[in-house]
Amino acid sequence: MIEPNRQGEVWVFAEQEDGSLHDVVLELCGKARELADRLGVGVGAVLPGSRVEPLAQSLFSHGVDRVYLVEDDRLAHYQTGPYCRVVSTLAEKHRPQIVIYGATSIGRDLGPRVASTMRAGLTADCTDLEIQDVADPKTKEVHKNLLLQIRPAFGGNIIATIVNYDWWPQMATVREGVMPLKEANGSRGGELVRESVEIDDGILALRLIRRHIEPRKVNLKGARVIVAGGGGVGSKEGFDLIQNLAGAIGGAVGASRAAVDSGFIGKEHQIGQTGTTVRPALYIAAGISGAVQHRAGMEESAKIIAINTDPDAPIFSVAHYGIVGDMKKVIPMMIRAIKEKQ
Amino acid sequence: MSARKRGLTDLRKPDNLRSFNLLHSNVPEPTPVPYDSIVCVKQVPDTANVTAEAMKDDGTVNRAQLPAIFNPEDLHALETALAVRDVHGGTVTALSMGPPKAAEVLRECLFRGADRAILLTDRRAAASDTLATSYILSQAIRTIGRYDLVFCGRQAIDGDTAQVGPQIAEKLDIPQITYLERVVDLTGDVIQVRRNIGQGWEIVEARLPVLLTVIDTANRPRPCAARRVMRCKRARVVAELAAEVRAEMPDATDEQRQAEVDRRGQLLQERSLLIEQWDLDRIGADLDRCGIAGSPTKVHRVQAIVLTKEGFTEVAPTEDGIRQLIHELVVDRTWG
Repeated sequence: MIEPNRQGEVWVFAEQEDGSLHDVVLELCGKARELADRLGVGVGAVLPGSRVEPLAQSLFSHGVDRVYLVEDDRLAHYQTGPYCRVVSTLAEKHRPQIVIYGATSIGRDLGPRVASTMRAGLTADCTDLEIQDVADPKTKEVHKNLLLQIRPAFGGNIIATIVNYDWWPQMATVREGVMPLKEANGSRGGELVRESVEIDDGILALRLIRRHIEPRKVNLKGARVIVAGGGGVGSKEGFDLIQNLAGAIGGAVGASRAAVDSGFIGKEHQIGQTGTTVRPALYIAAGISGAVQHRAGMEESAKIIAINTDPDAPIFSVAHYGIVGDMKKVIPMMIRAIKEKQ
Repeated sequence: MSARKRGLTDLRKPDNLRSFNLLHSNVPEPTPVPYDSIVCVKQVPDTANVTAEAMKDDGTVNRAQLPAIFNPEDLHALETALAVRDVHGGTVTALSMGPPKAAEVLRECLFRGADRAILLTDRRAAASDTLATSYILSQAIRTIGRYDLVFCGRQAIDGDTAQVGPQIAEKLDIPQITYLERVVDLTGDVIQVRRNIGQGWEIVEARLPVLLTVIDTANRPRPCAARRVMRCKRARVVAELAAEVRAEMPDATDEQRQAEVDRRGQLLQERSLLIEQWDLDRIGADLDRCGIAGSPTKVHRVQAIVLTKEGFTEVAPTEDGIRQLIHELVVDRTWG
């Protein structure tokens, strides 16, 4: 735990793998810039790795003022112990007021370990971050410019706003795709700060034996149009209809958890709180009832069309266009109408 | 602490085992070595299946109306521990923190095969965030004493934070391996685990003791065994006995009730059916690190998500209706 430090920077954990930054990092830089401007402080990025210095420019271009670079061959692959040592040591030294991590498999492994080491708070999977004065309801003391950590909780049935009065830094993880990626400014510069952190054998607890990375087959995040099916699709064969519509309209195929759990389609297609968060120009939800967890992953879409036989399905609460009807009849109509327009 | 850390000769280390065998030449083959596992489990409201009864008229969820269930991924953690015991021998201790009602999930652990169950229940632990919770659980684990493996579900469905496991590991100063898909190998004091890394997997190796968080694709939890249910269904924590006695003896004095609770507890104890009930004093917890006082994060505001049905354009499920819809999408440049 560090004392509140109103001059402290806003930090982003610059997660990288094999010399490239994770997409979520640049999204977070945009948000960190916004928060830092509000607070009148700088944006810092902690960049541990081996031979990762070339990544600093990309961070500067996305709004970072200062990159804390820690290079060590033993940091080439992520491992909890040494990465935790790097982040917590630097945070104790420079006393940032906020640290944000991507809610990736790495960020969700690292963040809690750092929080426990520093005895600081951490809020997982925030969907928004804001700066605001907050009065402690008990002491009535007003805490200036706290980080509001906003996230769905209780399976997405409520939205909770979490704050952290005095056990700083204020820390949060944010899922990929939640914060919009801001445009890069290639001519923007920054300061590169080389740091060295002692890494002893005691914290190198794991030995990597083998690693297997599967190529990304589904690009939901980059899709302008997504056609998603849910439990109401009814079968694996039923998903052909979803595929056909996606093919006709030129979109990617998504799915709700119900469809994935029923084995209609692979997990890589899952959209929602535990899948991918998307914000396409057009989202077509067919046979999806719209559980809150699903809505959390798609409600920011610019246009949403919902097709469902149940007029009371919650998906209609976020839809712009609602079609109450059987998707098996409606989708072929849509395909015909699309073909007419082409 | 495992035997290794306590400085005892650990026969699981191949070198030690070899010298042990040399000294005791009547020991022919290295026999399977047992492992002691602790599994952290949580009772959670079933947030994934909101029933009509739990839905209020204003479109918000009444959390008190949701049924309490065994946190799904904790079942997979328990199964992993039981599978280790099946192969290597040893013990499985289930540990939970929560109100007396949480004894339900501990009973279920016994039904599925756990050897021992401990409920950490204390009003002073209420409102603990993940940091305080992990501190309390780590103190309970230290109190249990000997362990080689600690298993947790990756996350609980009421908060979905996935923080408590790693934070317990940090507090115990042992390595963590998150997102376990399967145990690849366990020999001596070295474990190899295949873990999910989102876009693929990796196999990592660590020395015991270690904490592992388990994901739902790791295994299929075994069902409760009828024989074990028969044997363990009467298992209780003292707080449950007290509630039962209060209900059954409304006119008795406090002393009489206490005597009855003691008597029933003694009976269960003799049949190994008393689920241990611990409080913060029992685990030597620093109260400043528990409950609200030990929680850096505070809930500033909670907003119920209100479902409304307003604001969308209804499209008729007809050829004309759909054609008009596609036309609108082209006109406003959403598509085409």
